[in-house]
Amino acid sequence: MSAAISRTVHQSTLDDANWVRWSLITIALGFIILFLCVPLALVIIQAFAKGFDAYLSALSQPDMQAAMRLTLLTALITVPLNTVFGVAAAWAITRFEFRGKNLLITLIDLPFSVSPVISGLIFVLLFGTQGWMGEWFLEHDIKVIFAVPGIVLATLFITFPFVARQLIPLMQEMGSEEEEAALSLGSSGWRMFFLITLPNIKWALLYGVLLCNARAMGEFGAVSVVSGHIRSLTNTLPLHVEVSYNEYDSVSAFAGASILAGLAVVTLILKTFLEWKQKNERATASL
Amino acid sequence: MSIVLSNISKNFGDFSALHDIDLEIPEGELVALLGPSGCGKTTLLRIIAGLEQTDKGQILLNGEDKTQHHVSQRGIGFVFQHYALFRHMTVFDNVAFGMRVKDKKVRPNETEIAKKTHALLELVQLDWLHNRFPDQLSGGQRQRIALARALAVEPSVLLLDEPFGALDASVRKDLRQWLRNLHHELNVTSIFVTHDQEEAMEVASQVVVLNKGRIEQQGSPADIYDYPANAFVSKFIGQTNEFQLSHFSTDWFEKVGLPISEEITKDSIAHVRPHDIEITKTTNDTPVTLKDWQHLGALIRIELTKILPNGNPKAVFAEMPNEQFKRLQLNRGDKVDLKIRHAHWFH
Repeated sequence: MSAAISRTVHQSTLDDANWVRWSLITIALGFIILFLCVPLALVIIQAFAKGFDAYLSALSQPDMQAAMRLTLLTALITVPLNTVFGVAAAWAITRFEFRGKNLLITLIDLPFSVSPVISGLIFVLLFGTQGWMGEWFLEHDIKVIFAVPGIVLATLFITFPFVARQLIPLMQEMGSEEEEAALSLGSSGWRMFFLITLPNIKWALLYGVLLCNARAMGEFGAVSVVSGHIRSLTNTLPLHVEVSYNEYDSVSAFAGASILAGLAVVTLILKTFLEWKQKNERATASL
Repeated sequence: MSIVLSNISKNFGDFSALHDIDLEIPEGELVALLGPSGCGKTTLLRIIAGLEQTDKGQILLNGEDKTQHHVSQRGIGFVFQHYALFRHMTVFDNVAFGMRVKDKKVRPNETEIAKKTHALLELVQLDWLHNRFPDQLSGGQRQRIALARALAVEPSVLLLDEPFGALDASVRKDLRQWLRNLHHELNVTSIFVTHDQEEAMEVASQVVVLNKGRIEQQGSPADIYDYPANAFVSKFIGQTNEFQLSHFSTDWFEKVGLPISEEITKDSIAHVRPHDIEITKTTNDTPVTLKDWQHLGALIRIELTKILPNGNPKAVFAEMPNEQFKRLQLNRGDKVDLKIRHAHWFH
């Protein structure tokens, strides 16, 4: 009701200045085309510059394949871990009262506020041969920096706010009455989580997982610092794109980029779908 | 099942929500926990349920110490103020939930669950809604479904947190009557929280008045109304006029029919219900003036002004049947005589 009123008010005030509306739309659209669509198109054009066969052979190079495998492996490890962490953190923050709660909320956001390169450097400082724990790892013959564990750790750190950030506001808004009702009806804690909590947060959770995954696969800065760029061993897909480009292997670079761009497009579509689902569900819940 | 609480205390940080609560509730009663907001009544209910832990003291349900039991092990049914229906489940699944999460050993099979769920839905007269989702129901319907869901686990104690708080006035009236009848039928020991004294008096067989984390009085609605234990209860249950002895002359008290006995001191206050004040037409120059009146259906509520010896006006409220008031043929501004039939003195 109030939304309808405010919409008509807005429309009538803007009707007086139609040109404002159209120029703003033009600017926004022009900006999107110039900075998003044109580069995306260029990536595709460059990837296919030497024909479809060259594109396919670039994708089937062993280095490229290794980079894709490593990217998938990293995502497969970090996304489930951060999903569990995100749910646990959101649960703790929205369902319990404890000292240091605000500190925990701030800490969850830390990876957002620290430059990824700095995050990578922190891991080098901690686990590198000259680092604090470097000696211990050296003695036990465990390689973290310039190896896969380092890449996983850096990605884990970078992607860890995504799920928690999605869940905290939703779970705060939902309150805990339904969960308490389930418990009072004799349900165990796990049953309550799977039968009551999870169905209520599933779309937000999927949304968080999706964003977490996109970042895990696309992360460059932090991973670049800890990886060491060893071909076929520690190059993730984004790193492989950079290395190929620097070596003037543009077909390879843009073929890799096209995969990442495709991932982004799929993510966007899924994201829109999940947003629509969430909005729908909340709208019916508030009836 | 009887409920015995001894020495229950609860603090939230520096705030003392409950202070040494001792309470005994015999089996089969329908008890109202009544008090102003922030008095600790909901906290007490949640402690009995196990949704909140007591700092000290004991909770006995049917003689068994349940203080350390988890909420799921206490055998209670809890009805939340905002219903807390599972929004992603149908009405049927909501009611069946408690039976479905039972241990495999004691869980009834789906046919039995369905039979019992429909029986409960019929009990709350809403079986025709079993396919709907909670957001398709009205507030009153949701509340009844919440009650059916709580009853599905055959609780030995039913706890209701402001069960009518979020409902329209007319729906509330109906549901009160309905809850009372349902309790007669099931006879399960029930406690409900309310801040509405009228609701407590109308529905409960026992009323517990709470204030600032302490129990002020426990008794039948009639007891609490007729024999309030202290000034707080007297003021909270129904309307009262307060006459402090020091503000009036002793003669005046004698004249209106309240003899001053020996234990009454200068600070004593007489609490008088509006219906215990009788007014009669007078020709004397008594300084009690009829200011205004309102119709409350069968009763007339009369607003009087009494000028105190120190010159300040004091509002006095009286109530009398419509007919009687008409016979007096009074107008605004008329002088009247007061007669006080009954008063409670608090010192």
